Amino acid sequence: MTRIGAWIALAFGLGYFALPLIGMTEFSLKMRRGVYSFDAYAKVLADPRFQETFGYSVFMALMTIAFGVLLVVPTAYWVRLKLPRARPFVEFVTLLPLVIPAIVIVFGYIRMFNTSSFLPLTGTATGTNLLLMFGYATLSLPYMYRAVDTGLRTIDVATLTEAAQSLGAGWTVIIARVILPNVLVAVLSGAFVTFAIVMGEFTMAALLNRPAFGPYMQLLGANRAYEPAALAVIAFAITWACMGLIQLVTRFSKHTKAAR
Amino acid sequence: MAFLDIEHLEKSFGPMKVVKDFNLGIEKGEFISLLGPSGCGKTTVLRMVAGFETPSTGAIRIDGADMVGLRPNRRKIGMVFQAYALFPNLTVAQNVGFGLKIAGVNRTDADARVAEMLALIGLSDLGPRYPFQLSGGQQQRVALARALAPRPQVLLLDEPLSALDAKIRVSLRTEIREIQQRLGITTIFVTHDQEEALSISDRIVVMHQGIADQVGSPYEIYNRPSTRFVANFVGTLNVIEAEVTDPAKGHVRIAGAAADLGRALPSGKVSLAVRPEMISLGIHPGRETVLDGTITDVHFLGSVIRLKADIGAAVLAFDTFNATDAPPPKAGARVQLSLSAKDLLLLQD
Repeated sequence: MTRIGAWIALAFGLGYFALPLIGMTEFSLKMRRGVYSFDAYAKVLADPRFQETFGYSVFMALMTIAFGVLLVVPTAYWVRLKLPRARPFVEFVTLLPLVIPAIVIVFGYIRMFNTSSFLPLTGTATGTNLLLMFGYATLSLPYMYRAVDTGLRTIDVATLTEAAQSLGAGWTVIIARVILPNVLVAVLSGAFVTFAIVMGEFTMAALLNRPAFGPYMQLLGANRAYEPAALAVIAFAITWACMGLIQLVTRFSKHTKAAR
Repeated sequence: MAFLDIEHLEKSFGPMKVVKDFNLGIEKGEFISLLGPSGCGKTTVLRMVAGFETPSTGAIRIDGADMVGLRPNRRKIGMVFQAYALFPNLTVAQNVGFGLKIAGVNRTDADARVAEMLALIGLSDLGPRYPFQLSGGQQQRVALARALAPRPQVLLLDEPLSALDAKIRVSLRTEIREIQQRLGITTIFVTHDQEEALSISDRIVVMHQGIADQVGSPYEIYNRPSTRFVANFVGTLNVIEAEVTDPAKGHVRIAGAAADLGRALPSGKVSLAVRPEMISLGIHPGRETVLDGTITDVHFLGSVIRLKADIGAAVLAFDTFNATDAPPPKAGARVQLSLSAKDLLLLQD
């Protein structure tokens, strides 16, 4: 009885998640009357604004990942090594982006860094891009920090650090050649989540008026019928590809059996 | 001046002083063991030498150069850890070559040195493997090779055998000693295992509550312990309370039997100690003090049989060799034990 109940629950869950996706995908294929076709996809992919916004968001995602790794890996490492008592506080800080809405963060940015402020980042496109990247990094911080911290938990950080130090390594070498390679799987999973967040983010990009993929999706959704569904499927595919890559990287990591 | 000089070293963590006025001079090529129970400060001393802890006061000099204040990566000290600490992302050969790469040794020389080190530890074939593909003993050998590869001035071993099973521990400790002697490297070995320390050290420092209780050769430490703690910690010891009958001549009475220690003693009662192997079952020439007792325990250990006998004033442990034609006495049997007064140690606190 319990077994049957479990199967029913599973089927209900799968249906709940899969049916809207199936419906949306089916709708995205119905642009040509009477037959299924990829017309909506062809139209979206051929749109120069799609290519521009997609390329921009991919670039921003890569920058955000690079910045996030540079910020989070040394921080999480240092907290684990030297400030274990500060861990609950740091964890709380990294969780704040989950409870503070993106709109609040971006308004704060605009107030702090507008053209009449001490650091007028919004005055130039590069400055605004930088601000947006910081915003993305803030939004992805809870996921990136947790992923890296979990990775660090699987290795004996203190002893590996001391071993490297006794062999003549300084802090940069220790982080780059000992710590980072051993939490690479965790960093990559954090990076893929960051990628997915950046690709779909709307609020910050729209309010900072940047040509990102999120505002483009919203714009297309407001004006077309079939193309938004095709775009949503593409966005889902990107997210799922990221998830698949996390699994792939984890599976093919050479030293996942590293003992603590 | 010794090659490695430690003078008046002290370390406090908050209000707790874990190392107190620690002094030690180690000659070049010497193998020193820091021996003591958990929490005695031995690892803290080692970590201060390595540079992982900063001394509260005191000096550490290697070959005349002051080490205090120098970062760990500048000290040219090799260290082997209890938990192996091999880099999981690197192969065995890359682990061994890590220090050489940091030092900027060119590829050809580094490869040759890695091959030499792997040959030294007998794992030449395992260069391409990852640490998780090795046994504990193999991992610790690799850790030793990695520590030795950059030719450090001093080698520090922090309980390197504790995580291994008994048989591997014995073979690896012999191997460590052979390698140390072959390379002539000055070595400090931290252990809480007295057998390990006794078997491989040139000198042993017995530590207790942050203090070096006694420094001496294994023979001295075992046979002439200077404090009650050392006597109790190193080896098995029988402690007997004896009554001094003639303090000037050193005559005492133990469980009714007289013994002449031949040296002046304080009056009243004294604590004497004797090792199990210094007590014989039955009466033996040269062992003039004879005690009557009852066997309470018989432990068959293979080549040796450890027995315990109640002599009234104490329960004495003693050993006999296994012999097929002379089975050991059974529990409850009345026996005579003999010992020589010269083997009795006067314990001081």
